[in-house]
Amino acid sequence: MATAGTNYLNHDKGILSWILTKDHKRIGVMYLGSITFAFFLGGVFALLVRTELLTAKKTIVEADTYNHLFTLHGAVMIFLFIIPGIPAALGNFVLPLMLGAKDVAFPRLNLASYHLWVLGCVFFLVTLGTGGLDTGWTFYTPYATTTNTAVIAATTGAFILGFASIFTGINFIVTIHRLRPPGMGWFDMPLFLWSLYATAVIQVLATPVLGITLLLLIVERALGVGIFDPGLGGDPVLFQHFFWFYSHPAVYIMILPAMGIISELVSIFSRKHIFGYRFIAFSSIAIALLGFLVWGHHMFVSGQSALLTMIFSALTFTVSIPSAIKVFNWLATMYKGSISLQTPMIYALSFIFLFGIGGLTGLFLGALATDVHLHDTYFVVAHFHYVMFGGTAIAFFGGLHLWWPKMTGKMYSEFWGRIAALFIFVGFNLTFFPQFLAGSHGMPRRYYNYLEQFTPLHQASTAGAFVMAAGLFLMAGYLAHSLFAGKKAPANPWGGASFEWQCTSPPPHDNFASPPEAKDPYDFDGLTWDESEEGYVRGS
Amino acid sequence: MISPLAMVAPLAQEMGSFWMPPKSSTVAPAVDGVFDFIFWICAVFFVGIVGVMVVFLFLYRRRPGHEAVKTATHNTALELTWSIIPLILVAVIFFVGFKVFLDMQTPPANAYEVQVSAQKWSWNFTYPNGYIDENLHVPLDRPVKLVMQAEDVIHSFYVPAFRIKMDVVPGRYTRTWFRATEPGEYVIFCTEYCGTGHSDMLAQVIVHEAGDFDTWLEQASNFLETLPPDEAGEKLFVSRGCPQCHTVDGSAGIGPSLQGLFGSSHALADGTMVTVEENYVRESILDPGAQISAGFEPVMPTYQGRLKDEEITAIIAYMKTLSGQ
Repeated sequence: MATAGTNYLNHDKGILSWILTKDHKRIGVMYLGSITFAFFLGGVFALLVRTELLTAKKTIVEADTYNHLFTLHGAVMIFLFIIPGIPAALGNFVLPLMLGAKDVAFPRLNLASYHLWVLGCVFFLVTLGTGGLDTGWTFYTPYATTTNTAVIAATTGAFILGFASIFTGINFIVTIHRLRPPGMGWFDMPLFLWSLYATAVIQVLATPVLGITLLLLIVERALGVGIFDPGLGGDPVLFQHFFWFYSHPAVYIMILPAMGIISELVSIFSRKHIFGYRFIAFSSIAIALLGFLVWGHHMFVSGQSALLTMIFSALTFTVSIPSAIKVFNWLATMYKGSISLQTPMIYALSFIFLFGIGGLTGLFLGALATDVHLHDTYFVVAHFHYVMFGGTAIAFFGGLHLWWPKMTGKMYSEFWGRIAALFIFVGFNLTFFPQFLAGSHGMPRRYYNYLEQFTPLHQASTAGAFVMAAGLFLMAGYLAHSLFAGKKAPANPWGGASFEWQCTSPPPHDNFASPPEAKDPYDFDGLTWDESEEGYVRGS
Repeated sequence: MISPLAMVAPLAQEMGSFWMPPKSSTVAPAVDGVFDFIFWICAVFFVGIVGVMVVFLFLYRRRPGHEAVKTATHNTALELTWSIIPLILVAVIFFVGFKVFLDMQTPPANAYEVQVSAQKWSWNFTYPNGYIDENLHVPLDRPVKLVMQAEDVIHSFYVPAFRIKMDVVPGRYTRTWFRATEPGEYVIFCTEYCGTGHSDMLAQVIVHEAGDFDTWLEQASNFLETLPPDEAGEKLFVSRGCPQCHTVDGSAGIGPSLQGLFGSSHALADGTMVTVEENYVRESILDPGAQISAGFEPVMPTYQGRLKDEEITAIIAYMKTLSGQ
């Protein structure tokens, strides 16, 4: 144990001790602050988009501005928030702690990843200031080669962010292979680590393809080399193949770590051993591998061959099975547990509800006959927001509330935590459920003007967006308040059995003086509530 | 806040059923059948999952005197069961989806063929006799095959009431087909994002009773002979998609408004002035990049080969009426 009173936060002082730190915890915290900024930026774009859609014609901005807003909402949320969100912010903080290690395998690479993120973010801000971006986050050609907005700045930003992601992935793979403590086998790790491992595999294998694709796009725009633009002898559908070869696996970069967090939450707050550890662990790996084989399901009506379309549809359905297994195993974990509805668990239950809808609506899009009708409508918009926000962002909030006391040493208000979670849940459903109905009735996505008949559905959706925003501001408020006025956090506020709950909150600079003794991360025996500590302690 | 009833009521009247728009093609009932099949599977699973979750929350809520009970940490037979049952179900969903898709992909041999051209931000439909219209007129109960191409970027042809959608890609032909089962007018959307006017890139499918279609086509095709030049010009102006960028009421558009334009003195981007007369209009249509109006982007596509001289003459006649001549 470190000397009383010193921890990773006050171990070194001064701004440089943060910017040049090699401590995974500090890098995690810097990532957390930075992606929160990106989330705020993307959220403001979202609210502007929803406000514009309050009426069927112009409400507040012109069509071109609207096109910039939805593009930047998507690009910022995906490249700057969701992809780095759980792995680089929460994962960075927690992964070495969960292994009982002092740091990740390559601390300098970890810092480089963060600095690259900042550089990529700067390119996005430059994009904002120099003509904006109106291609949609997907950069489809030949539109992206011909528009006069700042495509090169944005794709350069995405290219750099790709390397930030690759660096994190390499680091996590090596750390999990090399830095497990004596006695911790692969199947003794917390499941969050399995999910981060599966995520890292995708980050390392898929992201280079995005990098190459964006470089080709830059080459075509800047030098006029015909790759994707048919006017120059290229093939626009080839771009879609390249783009989705990364961007579909990227969806699993976003959702897999979220599922890992839910496995931790459900077990801890039910005080039950996770059910079916190996099925959950292998389902993460299965999703990571199968995820590489389904990109063509974004292109059922693109003009690709019917044979390809059939194969991609069939493969797409196989990805649904590992996700279903996880959901069933989480429910089985709750069976005969002692279920506490504390804020992190409310997010876990929200996840099961919302990801349930998001996952099941994917079946309509995987099936060919229905996808032809629903493709590029609001049904798809609703589907991926149920998965990406209802799934990933909700799990991120769950993980944030789980590890907040560990990261900051402070407890947040449980009361306001639950209220905010409720606002977000209600607001989210009000925002996105009407979009299923709009989409199935034919409302196309990325529309500035729309037919009058869709007005009530759009207005419900806009109202929901503001309810959700209220919940998010509330969350920002009580979390910020806890930093200054929160109660001191105990080492183990929730009764978790993995290693991170053994060190103090916040952890000391070196995490552990010596590697802790490996034991089952889901065995809660002997952990009892101690009134004087206001936390859980190991009974003798 | 909007009440749920107010949300649903207009759907019931104007938008078909709770989930789907009106069914107006032969494939629509089959597609809706697949939708309903998946919907009920999803409903059962979702209610089951959330139901079990809520029951567990109630039964096993943390409370004084209640402790978690240790149960098995895994059960391979159970876990295989809830892996294999969904696998069988999704295999069935794949199959029914694929089967209907094959029908949607395969036009009957005797289909009536219409050429579709998409450009920012309008549609053109060319009939077998060469006539071009801005809307898609079709006979009832006859298979119609669309052979589609894009002039600039990718667009997508979507008729919700027919449940068909197909991307329209520059540099290659794509195809789709349908057989309308209800007379009436149905909206065509562009569903691949294509820039400023994407959400205004709408057209109509007009389904005629069997005999009426031939009559319509014959009348429509002879418009240059049967209509006065200015009215023929107005028709061309609309059917070639010009109103997407050029208004006729003086309000701002992507290009200059045509109100009062003909005969006026007009500022160009290079600072010079031109008088808008016949040759200037002709050049602006056939080589739009040559002389750009001040304050506008050079985005207009060329109409070289797509408008004949007598058609340009008719458009000029129409423009003269907009200048009170």
